Amino acid sequence: MAVWFSRSRTIGYCLRKKLGFFGLVGHESSCCFSPSFRHISSIRQIGGSYGNPNGFLNDSAIHFRSWRFESSTAETQLDPQYFQEEDDLNQGLDFPGGRVTFTSELRFISESGDKRVPCYRVLDDNGDPITHTSFAQVSKELAVKMYGDMVTLQMMDVVFYEAQRQGRISFYMSTTGEEAINIASAAALSSDDLVLPQYREPGVLLWRGFTLQDFADQCFGNKADCGKGRQMPVHYGSSKHNFFTVSSPIATQLPQAVGVAYSLKMDKKDACVVAYFGDGCSSEGDFHAGLNFAAVMEAPVVFICRNNGWAISTPIEEQFRSDGIVVKGRAYGIRSIRVDGNDALAVYNAIRTAREMAISEQIPVLVELLAYRVAHHSTSDDSSKYRPVDEIEYWKSSRNPVNRFRKWVERNGWWSDKEESELRSSVKKQLLKAIQVAEKTEKPPIAEIFTDVYDHPPPNLKEQEKVLREDIKRHPKDYPSDVSL
Amino acid sequence: MWGVIRQKMSTGSSSVLVLGQRIRPAACAFRNYSSPAKEINVREALNSALDEEMSADPTVFLMGEEVGEYQGAYKISKGLLDKYGPERVLDTPITEAGFTGIGVGAAYHGLKPVVEFMTFNFSMQAIDHIINSAAKSNYMSAGQLSVPIVFRGPNGAAAGVGAQHSQCYASWYASCPGLKVVAPYSSEDARGLLKAAIRDPDPVVVLENELLYGESFPVSAEVLDSSFCLPIGKAKIEREGKDVTITAFSKMVGYAIKAAEILAKEGISAEVINLRSIRPLDRATINASVRKTNRLVTVEEGFPQHGVGAEICTSVIEDSFGYLDAPVERIAGADVPMPYAANLERLAVPQIEDIVRAAKRACYRAESVASTA
Repeated sequence: MAVWFSRSRTIGYCLRKKLGFFGLVGHESSCCFSPSFRHISSIRQIGGSYGNPNGFLNDSAIHFRSWRFESSTAETQLDPQYFQEEDDLNQGLDFPGGRVTFTSELRFISESGDKRVPCYRVLDDNGDPITHTSFAQVSKELAVKMYGDMVTLQMMDVVFYEAQRQGRISFYMSTTGEEAINIASAAALSSDDLVLPQYREPGVLLWRGFTLQDFADQCFGNKADCGKGRQMPVHYGSSKHNFFTVSSPIATQLPQAVGVAYSLKMDKKDACVVAYFGDGCSSEGDFHAGLNFAAVMEAPVVFICRNNGWAISTPIEEQFRSDGIVVKGRAYGIRSIRVDGNDALAVYNAIRTAREMAISEQIPVLVELLAYRVAHHSTSDDSSKYRPVDEIEYWKSSRNPVNRFRKWVERNGWWSDKEESELRSSVKKQLLKAIQVAEKTEKPPIAEIFTDVYDHPPPNLKEQEKVLREDIKRHPKDYPSDVSL
Repeated sequence: MWGVIRQKMSTGSSSVLVLGQRIRPAACAFRNYSSPAKEINVREALNSALDEEMSADPTVFLMGEEVGEYQGAYKISKGLLDKYGPERVLDTPITEAGFTGIGVGAAYHGLKPVVEFMTFNFSMQAIDHIINSAAKSNYMSAGQLSVPIVFRGPNGAAAGVGAQHSQCYASWYASCPGLKVVAPYSSEDARGLLKAAIRDPDPVVVLENELLYGESFPVSAEVLDSSFCLPIGKAKIEREGKDVTITAFSKMVGYAIKAAEILAKEGISAEVINLRSIRPLDRATINASVRKTNRLVTVEEGFPQHGVGAEICTSVIEDSFGYLDAPVERIAGADVPMPYAANLERLAVPQIEDIVRAAKRACYRAESVASTA
């Protein structure tokens, strides 16, 4: 009779204890859906109030489906008690992975819990702290920097988006609606933490010191761009700021983050790897491989999911049928939490704690930040074609993360209208200047077409460069005059 | 080098090749101490190369399915887990995309992974990481993200394994800038190219061959030295000749050499080039040879369309068109997914006779025409 040793923590039992300690599991926690979440009355209540993942939508939302909330057996919570009584460990058997107790009830685990996983928040929609929440205080200095960067990010998006519309840059992606996610998460990290972004996290670079001129230079692809004009706009990257260059294919950064963490573990630094991704990314195969591997390899990675409800035109109920991303963490044996992504303080706290866990325990942690993508997917998208305009407006105004945080900062006496208008006018000036300068700056020289393909240029590329230069000399009129040789 | 030909000549002209084994005089032991060259098989060559590079550089580590406890699906990594431990020889879950992504990430942050694919057919599940990340990152990040990674494993046809285990991916990877692609033939090639690949700061794809793993080749003391390394981008002239150039890589080099022997008996002196490196292709050596012989036969196991032979042909036309006395002959696998039945499989892959006939065609010597030396 073979005895299988379990190498993994026994699920459920230990995890519940640990999560209970951190107050992250929802029974006693005070965090809950605020009354302003609107529940569509047409949800069938059988199987409990699973809640409406599109609860934020107007009643007139046409793509809501209610049929799936029916469940046949009464499975109570998303963190279910699999057994009626305490485990009777004598009535079990050792299987690969650990001991499993038996049950004589033919019962299937429901595909969805009775309630959705609750969402951690600190400030209510008016920026008032909810009493009895656990959060560490932030200093005035930190709060003001956070708020200032959120405003800067917001304004940068507007100005660069307009620049694209004017034909001055070819492409842009905004983070409107996700300013708190960007800045507050960056604020919770240390500058040694290695960040693998998806593409909607320029706020992390902004926090770490990337200047508005740096952003503009990349978008214009000029010779001051530290990316040497190799990438399309918003594909920033800066090894100096520990921000890995944005890669367009979705989810590739997830297993790569695990690889980086594998290497980082050997450095034994007080640092972790942070991988950002969106809701749509969880459909990719790399998501599965990345999270699974992270758990197996005990990699110190904080996986931050920006669940903003949309993947271009695909709403989340067409992306997956689980309760968001947070429940997938358990499937991989990864500690997870759901957080209100529009609440800067909640994001700050959760990421700070997740980071500490990841480093001290050398484990992956999954943080799902719920928000709404107010922006179009990119300048190539017009989201009014697939979602109601008043829904976008609602989130832009009533659920705006910048305004919400501002109220809190102001109430502490740390900010005022005067400072607001000063900041906004200063940032606007800087942005316009950055664009002007970037536009006038020369493009990268010809030599940069051929460098960095390999560590050293191979003979065939050297030859191609030679041929190109000869051609330019012979036919100068066929080539732009403002590109240096 | 000449070791292979010398060996064959010493056993007489009627040596028989039985799938990788040579029948030698009974007096010869496996390690032939009476002759100057030692013999090792390709498996040992790869294993020793991995061992030496891992010993010399603590950032080198091996990752793949079955590479650890199982000692490698083809035993290439035998003994390495015991020697270096599980931190440097990683058995991975079954996710090519996963472990290739992890390898790329580890390379981004200063390690030197050697990622093994059980066969390159399975690398298709990871090709995004190889092409879009490994190959392009250094360029797209303007040098901030370098990827000193090696992807290795058996490539091309084996014996009786069907379509999804038999494709040659040389032209797939060799078409992508940012990658280097090498294809060893002999044990010397295997040691030298794998070591070069591991030391190279760029991503390198090493296309091995399952049927060659068991084949032995003589190696000099220089090859066995731990500092031995072959340059990537240089082809090797396995056999000199003056009438026709035959290019080949991997297993087909052996076939080309045998074809050259048959041709020699009929008065055609063939020059056999072992490409060793598919990207960068050693255009200089190929063209110098064609300028000497004026005729070219390209040999590969993979599918003909967009294959390595097509690239070689174009490069010769670009550089040495005036020197060609005959159209370039392209020998490749049949344009069908590899069938399983042994007789069909044999017909789907180039055989020695195909190479001989192609060389004769290039020399305007069809079977029925009497030879004119």
